[in-house]
Amino acid sequence: MANIILNGAVVPNTWTLIESVEPLAAADVAEGSILPLSVWLAVRETLLENPALAGKRVGVWLAPSDEPGELVDDIAGLPLIAVQFPAFTDGRGYSIGRLLRERYGYKGEMRAIGDVGRDHLFNLFHCGFNAFEIKASQTPEHALEGLKAFSDGYQSSEQRKLPAYRRRPHAQTADSWAEISSPS
Amino acid sequence: MQSNGYSHIRTDSYAAFPHQTTMYKYDSLDQTLVDERVTQFRDQTRRFLAGELSEDEFRPLRLMNGLYVQRHAPMLRVAIPYGMLASRQLRMLGHIARKYDRGYGHFSTRQNIQYNWPKLETVPDILADLANVEMHAIQTSGNCVRNTTSDQFAGIAHDELVDPRPYCELIRQWSTFHPEFTFLPRKFKIAVSSSTEDRAATLVHDIGLHIVKNDAGEVGVRVIVGGGLGRTPIIGHIIREFLPREELLNYLDAILRTYNRYGRRDNKYKARIKILVKELTPAKFAAEVEAEWANLKGGPVVVPEEEFARLESFFTAPAYEQLVACDAGFERKQLDDRGFARWVEQNTFHHKVPGYRAVTLSLKPYGGIPPGDATAEQMEGVADLADRYSFGELRVSHEQNLILADVKQSDLYDVWQEAKKLGFATPNIGLLTNIIACPGGDFCSLANARSLPVAAAIQARFEDLDYVHDLGPIDLNISGCINACGHHHVGHIGILGVDKDNQEFYQVTLGGAQGNNASLGKVIGPSFSAEEIAPAVQRIIETFAEKRHEDETFIDTVRRLGLEPFKARAYDKPELKAA
Ligand code: SF4
Repeated sequence: MANIILNGAVVPNTWTLIESVEPLAAADVAEGSILPLSVWLAVRETLLENPALAGKRVGVWLAPSDEPGELVDDIAGLPLIAVQFPAFTDGRGYSIGRLLRERYGYKGEMRAIGDVGRDHLFNLFHCGFNAFEIKASQTPEHALEGLKAFSDGYQSSEQRKLPAYRRRPHAQTADSWAEISSPS
Repeated sequence: MQSNGYSHIRTDSYAAFPHQTTMYKYDSLDQTLVDERVTQFRDQTRRFLAGELSEDEFRPLRLMNGLYVQRHAPMLRVAIPYGMLASRQLRMLGHIARKYDRGYGHFSTRQNIQYNWPKLETVPDILADLANVEMHAIQTSGNCVRNTTSDQFAGIAHDELVDPRPYCELIRQWSTFHPEFTFLPRKFKIAVSSSTEDRAATLVHDIGLHIVKNDAGEVGVRVIVGGGLGRTPIIGHIIREFLPREELLNYLDAILRTYNRYGRRDNKYKARIKILVKELTPAKFAAEVEAEWANLKGGPVVVPEEEFARLESFFTAPAYEQLVACDAGFERKQLDDRGFARWVEQNTFHHKVPGYRAVTLSLKPYGGIPPGDATAEQMEGVADLADRYSFGELRVSHEQNLILADVKQSDLYDVWQEAKKLGFATPNIGLLTNIIACPGGDFCSLANARSLPVAAAIQARFEDLDYVHDLGPIDLNISGCINACGHHHVGHIGILGVDKDNQEFYQVTLGGAQGNNASLGKVIGPSFSAEEIAPAVQRIIETFAEKRHEDETFIDTVRRLGLEPFKARAYDKPELKAA
């Protein structure tokens, strides 16, 4: 099984992505599955209520057009939510990531899947993703470098709650610049 | 560093060291980010050239850095944030033109400069040179938030309410590498204005912002969304009359998030925010944004007063001299020299400080030079003028001209002489021959037709400056294709390149206008061939000259008479009858 990036390290992937949106019976959901949102919503009650099935490790994945608010009741219990990027130029998943973390308070593993590579990791990380399944044309070890692209940024993000203007030394006004650049 | 007497040094330094401009200056964070961007792009370019990144993977990455691959060569677009440029930066732009390109650059309609012939391998070096003078090419193309544009007369205009530049800089920083909004459905452009006359075309941007004051005297923002040119030209809608300024970035986040999630991605011609606003209706779109904002309001993104104060501190007035409102020598020179008087009338702008004027250097000379082009020598010459006469500072306008914002009346005659030597003194600002044109088919791979030869052919027909002057203000805008980079819809006369059986044709619109009374031009009829277009424009102008009431302007005449008389004459083609 291929490796993924989780919390900054390359580790084995212990989950299985169920791509098919065909309905499944709750009893057929295998341990460690990542279900499509629609499948999850159909089986969640049975899974959560049936003591025989409870305790099974199940995650959910969202397509870019899915509404993360539909998971609001499950946020506390889900160990993994994956967000799919069918093409890396489809940026909807970045907003989904931020909503899951910032609005719905999701604390578990949030994984970017699909067309995900080194050049997207930095922004994904700042939108709250802590796990990345890297596309086949790159290795996770190599892609990991992408997390180091920038040492800081202007905006408030999952990794840096305060935007730059709330962290900047207040004295750095034009006056202090004039002082530095005037010959004395 | 001095511990006392420091304020004295600062005031003096403006006169003694003209490079002490009143612009935003990078701090260590700003500099670190542009430097790290250079490193990142150098590595991406290396991986592409080594075959580690495919063309498809590399394309969006290079676009995010302003690098297109055009018909002839790559084209690099460099941002001039809200049009502000220091003389040392302009010198660097000249240096880049000479070292990496063919000795010239092209100022675009969105306060950018474009180089048409750089080599891909050298682009990282160009970016490193730019970073040395606090410049970059970040997000000058691609489906992301582009360079924020503003009034070229910001800070000096007599009709200005609030200086918009601190707000522009705030937005520049917010939009730079915004982690959530790097892959939007389509490109996204924001314009900011705060004056009676809207010189930033805010009504035809994805977001237009007006910095305003409420009855209590508090500063806030009027938010306009969904304007745009291109294939579906639309005038923007006001979705909020007054937004407290500290909430500006939260509100922008709310708009962008709504657009990022719900804007169409299935059809690139329907992907701009204007289509989403139209399909949802402006009221529904506004409700979505307000709901999103309600969740963000008051959060960590609120901009504190200290940050506004910090940004405002960079845009203080330079050390103006106390001058009389009308310099006697300046008045006399205008009486003595008609050419000078005409240039003063057309190419200078009233300044809010007595005794000063803003000077527009026309990058639209006659003689077939593409509008907005400047050579390395011209850039250096203009930088020298800025140092000598205008506190070392320049502006770039969306009309593709350069501006010396703070020139003393008593210096104007000298500036005029110098500008003439540089070829930048054509007294045609606001007039017919101040043509806006995109690079078109000579350079742009998307073009249906060339725009530069059409501009030259029209200018050639109006070489009589007195005649052009008597015609009064006329905006003539040319785009080489429906993407409308030449803003043809808002030209009083608009020309659009179209393709008919692989031949270049040109569609004409009349009645467009920018500014507060922005309107979109209407198509007058079938398009003209490359040979027919300049004569057709001439006949439209002749019709106007005959039908106008006294000093009536072209746009007023078109609004009064409608298209008919112009149309009838435009299609009355003597050159075809003769054949
Ligand atoms: S309007 Fe068309 S031809 Fe002109 S620069 Fe834009 S994309 Fe190119």
